[in-house]
Amino acid sequence: MGTLKQTYWLLWKDVLLEIRRRETLLSMFFFGTVLLFLFHFSFEIPREQTARMAPGLLWLAFIFTGTLALTQLFQGEKESRCLDALLLCPMDRGALYLAKVFFNLIMMVVVEVVIFPLFGVLFNLDFWRLLPSLFFVVLLGTIGFCVLGTLFSALTLRARAKELLLPLILFPLMIPAILGTVRAMQILLGAGPGQEFYPWLRLLIGFDVIFMTAGFLIFEWVIEE
Amino acid sequence: MEATAQTSKGKSARILGWLAVIAILLGLYVGLIFAPPDKFQGQLQRIMYLHIPSILTAYLAFFIVFVGSCLYLWKGEPRDDILAHSAAEVGVLFTALTILEGSIWGRPTWGVWWTWDARLTLTAILLLIFVGYLMLRALTEDESRAAVSGAVLGIIGFFDIPLIHMSVKWFRTLHQQASILQPDKAPWENVAPPMLAALGINFVGFVLLFFYLLSLRLRLGETTQEIKRLKLYGRS
Repeated sequence: MGTLKQTYWLLWKDVLLEIRRRETLLSMFFFGTVLLFLFHFSFEIPREQTARMAPGLLWLAFIFTGTLALTQLFQGEKESRCLDALLLCPMDRGALYLAKVFFNLIMMVVVEVVIFPLFGVLFNLDFWRLLPSLFFVVLLGTIGFCVLGTLFSALTLRARAKELLLPLILFPLMIPAILGTVRAMQILLGAGPGQEFYPWLRLLIGFDVIFMTAGFLIFEWVIEE
Repeated sequence: MEATAQTSKGKSARILGWLAVIAILLGLYVGLIFAPPDKFQGQLQRIMYLHIPSILTAYLAFFIVFVGSCLYLWKGEPRDDILAHSAAEVGVLFTALTILEGSIWGRPTWGVWWTWDARLTLTAILLLIFVGYLMLRALTEDESRAAVSGAVLGIIGFFDIPLIHMSVKWFRTLHQQASILQPDKAPWENVAPPMLAALGINFVGFVLLFFYLLSLRLRLGETTQEIKRLKLYGRS
């Protein structure tokens, strides 16, 4: 079986589990909604400031809910000792990494698809025409978040207080992707100089490619018993 | 046999320590007394003689973390891991010192203790990354796991630094432009020779101090491991 096919089956296993349980997805979705309310009460954003602040708030909501998913990412495997079985399988460790990256990506994208319009409605932001391009930028950022996050989720698997540790080591390293996503979205919403859009986009793509490759190659050591 | 090796190691570490003390004292003399005050910043500029050497030393430390991490993943020698771990600890110390010195300089110059300028932000992020590194290691109980985790984070962190640098630079820049290395002039045309000398001597002193601290920390790591081994298997 090729790496891609292995990835597909591993991914399918996780998707199927989530379809049947729906625990993580639901808690992510509600947590995201709660965050939007908290943002509203903490900032009370004036109408003319919405375009400038929306990208940051949205992206914060996405990475906080994403972190929730990341801490659960290998939990099932660990509890049922499925991880040992997977490691015994004669398969590419990289496939396991890719499957987990795509699984987390799917979860986050599903949540984002709901939160995005909800944000527009709650904060009175008229961005419907721009939604596809905004979503494209967020997707690039989310990929970056998932490639690095999956690696660190596996890294902290056997550490104490891993839910606390994960954001601590992940967020500082995520700064290029966070800055890139927020800035590119601001530019799309007309709150930034237009000529800076493509450099930020290139930075995001570079970030995704570099760490997806690094994660794929290095995962073998990360997951080894 | 082992005992003699230990004492000779201890001796060379002590020599390194004394050399560091001498170089830093000399550098402080040249920097604080011999070199003239700066044309624009006056006496205040003298903090640079500590600021630049400490950040360069911190960069050296994080480079050693990267090298040690790569070597550990490649060969699996515990020695390389102890090297990376020790360098990270000493590097965190020097980065924290750099931020502190910068803050002391920034208050009278810029009027604030802290500003979100690109290089400041980068240094602070560097500190956060390597504090995270130390936390990860401290919270992972299984030692070989901690070593592998640390090595992976050390490598990923190293590759991330240029990206962080680029992004925060695009985000904002207000820092004092580099005054020594300018493309069209030789260093001694921009900066008075005594100033350069103070900087150079202090840099040498800081590097010596770094290696002294590193060797102490390395010995500590090796000893800890040896004690653990003895506890487990007894004297073999």
